[in-house]
Amino acid sequence: MHSFGYRANALLTFALTILALMCAMASFSDNLNHPTPTAQVQVLNINWFQKQPNGNDEVSMTLNISADLQSLFTWNTKQVFVFLAAEYETPKNSLNQISLWDGIIPAKDNAKFWIHTSNKYRFIDQGSNLRGKEFNLTLHWHVMPKTGKMFADKIVMSGYSLPEEYR
Amino acid sequence: MQILLLASAVVGFGAGYVLGSFQMMILIYAGGVVLTTLVTIPNWPFFNRHPLKWLDPSEAEKHPKPQPQPQPQQPVSSKKKPSKK
Repeated sequence: MHSFGYRANALLTFALTILALMCAMASFSDNLNHPTPTAQVQVLNINWFQKQPNGNDEVSMTLNISADLQSLFTWNTKQVFVFLAAEYETPKNSLNQISLWDGIIPAKDNAKFWIHTSNKYRFIDQGSNLRGKEFNLTLHWHVMPKTGKMFADKIVMSGYSLPEEYR
Repeated sequence: MQILLLASAVVGFGAGYVLGSFQMMILIYAGGVVLTTLVTIPNWPFFNRHPLKWLDPSEAEKHPKPQPQPQPQQPVSSKKKPSKK
């Protein structure tokens, strides 16, 4: 340890190694968190339900989404990305997932929310299978950390269905 | 140096975890790194109060370093060769 450069190099590498270990421990501490989120979605109204000229069904609806995702936040959470997907089965595809709405929750205070909106993204089928279709609305979320592993999970809400005829 | 860095990391992590603040952990650790830099890197005179007394060069010439003697290998190998035959 006889020169500045030698000591500076040793200090810097050791400091960065310890920083990496601290970030790994911070990420590991996320596993100690057991979240209990809740969510509820109401389909208030089917605004219109048409068959496009290219043969695909399209539906527009107004939704009432309320959720409490506060328990997902830890000290190592940067933001939570949440999106609502409609899931259903058709003869052609065993699973169709259409994202209807998404949002970013930057802090724990904003995580208990209630939103009244029409679908942000268009609900278009591959084909013409939506008349009378039963579908699930699933709220997915990605907990994005400040450092480390990202956790993703969902709540499935079933029992929704579309009208038998076009409107 | 290593103890200082480790200690500031432990304190930082503990404080950050308890306070629920990632920023606090990073700030405390960065403070610890800066403190360690100030202590270890500059050439402080008080670390050099009692320097080692190195041997004077004129003294060193009077006592030359002993040279290693080459070890004889012949007896060992000549014993092995007859037994192989």
